[in-house]
Amino acid sequence: MSSQPDIGAITALRKSRTLGSRREWLVILNRAARSRRGAIGLMLTGLVVLLAIVGPVTAPHSDVGPVTAAFATPSSAAPLGGDVLGRDVLTRVLTGGWELLTIAAAATALGVSAGVALGIAAAYYRRWADGIIMRIVDVFLAFPQLVFALLLVSILGPKSWLIIVAVGISHTPQVARVLRSVALDVCERDYVKAVELMDTPSRKVMAGEILPNLLSVVMVELGLRFTYSILIIAGLSFLGLGVQPPAANWGLMINENRIGLVVNPWAVIVPAGLIAVLTIGLNTFTDAIARASLGVDRPAEEMVMATGIILDRSA
Amino acid sequence: MAGGLMAVHGSTRRLLAVERLRVVVGRSQIDVIDEISFTVDAGEVLGLVGESGSGKTTVGLALMGYARPGLTIDSGSVKFEGREIIGLSAAELRRLRGGAVAYVAQDPASALNPALKVGTQLREILAAHQPSEGAGAVQDRISELFAEVRLDAASRVLNSYPHQLSGGQQQRVMLTMAFACRPKLIILDEPTTGLDVTTQRHVLDSIRGLCRIYRVGAVYVSHDLAVVADIADTIGVMYAGRLVELGPAARAFRTPGHPYTRGLLRAIPSPTRAHVLEGMEGQPPRPGARPKGCFFAARCKFAVAECRAEFPARHEIDRTAHWARCIRAEEVSQLPALAELPLREHPPLGAAERPLLRLDALNATYGEHPVLHDVSLEVRPQRCLAVVGESGAGKTTLARCLVGLHTARSGTIQFDGAPLAHDRRKRSRDVIRSLQYVFQNPYTSLNPRKTVVTLVEQPLRQLFKLRASERERRVIAALRNAALSEDYMTRYPDQLSGGERQRVAIARALVVEPKLLVCDEVTSALDVSVQAAIVELLHRLKRDHGLTLVLITHNLALVRSLADDVVILRNGRVLEQGQKVLDNPRSEYALQLLSDAPGMSLV
Repeated sequence: MSSQPDIGAITALRKSRTLGSRREWLVILNRAARSRRGAIGLMLTGLVVLLAIVGPVTAPHSDVGPVTAAFATPSSAAPLGGDVLGRDVLTRVLTGGWELLTIAAAATALGVSAGVALGIAAAYYRRWADGIIMRIVDVFLAFPQLVFALLLVSILGPKSWLIIVAVGISHTPQVARVLRSVALDVCERDYVKAVELMDTPSRKVMAGEILPNLLSVVMVELGLRFTYSILIIAGLSFLGLGVQPPAANWGLMINENRIGLVVNPWAVIVPAGLIAVLTIGLNTFTDAIARASLGVDRPAEEMVMATGIILDRSA
Repeated sequence: MAGGLMAVHGSTRRLLAVERLRVVVGRSQIDVIDEISFTVDAGEVLGLVGESGSGKTTVGLALMGYARPGLTIDSGSVKFEGREIIGLSAAELRRLRGGAVAYVAQDPASALNPALKVGTQLREILAAHQPSEGAGAVQDRISELFAEVRLDAASRVLNSYPHQLSGGQQQRVMLTMAFACRPKLIILDEPTTGLDVTTQRHVLDSIRGLCRIYRVGAVYVSHDLAVVADIADTIGVMYAGRLVELGPAARAFRTPGHPYTRGLLRAIPSPTRAHVLEGMEGQPPRPGARPKGCFFAARCKFAVAECRAEFPARHEIDRTAHWARCIRAEEVSQLPALAELPLREHPPLGAAERPLLRLDALNATYGEHPVLHDVSLEVRPQRCLAVVGESGAGKTTLARCLVGLHTARSGTIQFDGAPLAHDRRKRSRDVIRSLQYVFQNPYTSLNPRKTVVTLVEQPLRQLFKLRASERERRVIAALRNAALSEDYMTRYPDQLSGGERQRVAIARALVVEPKLLVCDEVTSALDVSVQAAIVELLHRLKRDHGLTLVLITHNLALVRSLADDVVILRNGRVLEQGQKVLDNPRSEYALQLLSDAPGMSLV
């Protein structure tokens, strides 16, 4: 207690990594990736994403011009055969994933952020704000997600940005509902009250106190909604309302080639299989994240050692 | 009564013999508790005392052959009436539990099934263990049991769901269940924590009476020395998973042989004497991080080099059944436990001073319910006013009115000469700064995602516009005033002990240099040794920094140690107030509160 306080020490500390906000989400991701469930999910997802990224570069043919006869069986020139217009199926598989993934990612980011903001706001303000937000959410929830997206796209036409907005908005009510229910608990915590007592504006309380304590939930929502996005976008393409031909797209491929299913099944099986692997992988990894953030998979012994105290008093 | 006769004539019968009990983490060799040996005779109450994490609950559960998930009973023996319990099959243990051995958990609300009526749950127990009895006999039995635990209105209680009963009633229902099958041994884990003093007194009396009448042996696990002193015949003190002292209650607390026991006694406030409290520095070592020698050596004022060589063996004191695991036990036991603690001076009230805070006919409602009625009181600068009352007296509502969290009120609150707005949002920043609030539970009042420095800096950033270097200077000063070094700045709340957390919460309040600090039960979530340090910290802040304190508490002993003036609140009304309330209580209620306060047997 005798030495003079070292002014500037905090500034120095703050610049070093130790003092920034602890990267909670990185810790959870790391723990999830190390679990068996997470590793498998990550591997499956990684394979498909990798294929979608390097695909356009490595494609052997043009994705729009015919290479073989319609629904030609696999040959050395076209290892997966030809599609409905005699285009190379392998090429279209390799080039058709990238757009699907980026649109899905953008839609997920949009939908989840809007849902998180609305959910937290409803839980924090309560009263009439809660009522208005949640009743609107209820109305939107009454529409099946795909139908809602279809509605928007069929009225305004199939444009990439519109698909992003339509799919994003269709996620928002679900995310808002989940976030509201978990935020209600956090909003009542003493540390939120303590910060309110400092005359802190609501916006700061929500972003600075409540959101960081909901990160694990947000991560799980991101993973889950991403798989739904892929399904909806692929579904839109299948229905002919997604990305327009002749551009390649896995969902569109399934639709185009289903009439030739018995002649060259690869033209349908491969894109459908890739979508399946991607969603299964993402779902598995999301599940691992959820478990990692709850500590479900940690053995009880490890919990004891980490906390020092055995679950004393039902906390 | 037949039981009473037995109590007179019954010879001491050994009920429970525990020998070198050891519980480890998982399958490792890291022990949570080890070398636990003691005995309990029929009719004897053994009080097992220890602070959080000392392993007392682990011992209590192991007595029934149970270890919580992640723990394993590694070795040792627990003999109940000569029969070994460790290693019994699940079915045999089940027959034992609830029959001959009963367990009462700390939280009755989570131990009772919320979906079933109390009567249904009681009849279930009786049916499971004594299936032959008819319905009429069961009913008689229940009435008899209710009379024993002094639970009135039996039919109403039986037809209630647990949530319709008060905490004290719930705990007495639990006791009824525990005693329903006439157990020979009962294990009680903090059964009165969270109850009001008067209710606590009733529950303790019930337990005591039942043990006497039916010659039931009891192991009473608690962190509260005062309570244990009132109920136990024998005291066992636990520290870091070891039993460090065992002896008859009168001896163990009068002439403690272990420095830790002595430290605990010096840390608890007395309900009758306003002495200075002495906290213990440091923390007990965790499982897996325990040193080679005596586990207490690092915090011990009596420690010598020899203490660090190996864990001390039992040292008998005065050749009695009293022993302590300390090589200087005889010597320590010769010292008076409390005598040299100086008494606290409470300065007389200066007449000329203008009150800093003044409440005039404050009324508050919660929904339709009135909570406070015409509460009027004054707090002079640099004094500590304690607001005492049982749960439901309106203490917390009063505190929340002060800081502007509870707005449904009428009447005026004058602070520093000006009326306070009802809503915190309508208060000036200067008022907000001058009137700070410390929450009851430091485990929930600090955002787990923020470092100590961010937490303490937050009010400065929000309420002032300061240069970074000035902010830093104030943060460091506040931490030091709360007795925390700069090393704590980069830590997160989950890396701190309960006491350290509460200090951070206090530093966060101090950093804006308030005039008045409202402390709501700030020590109720903490261990006694930590509580002592916090009490001394608050006292020092008042004395050296001219801080005015409003202390909201149910703990009369704490009030005695810290407060200059006292207000007793009952059902939302001020019953009595003044400087001498605790010395010369005028109302019957105050007298009752004082006599029900635990710890009288420690004096």
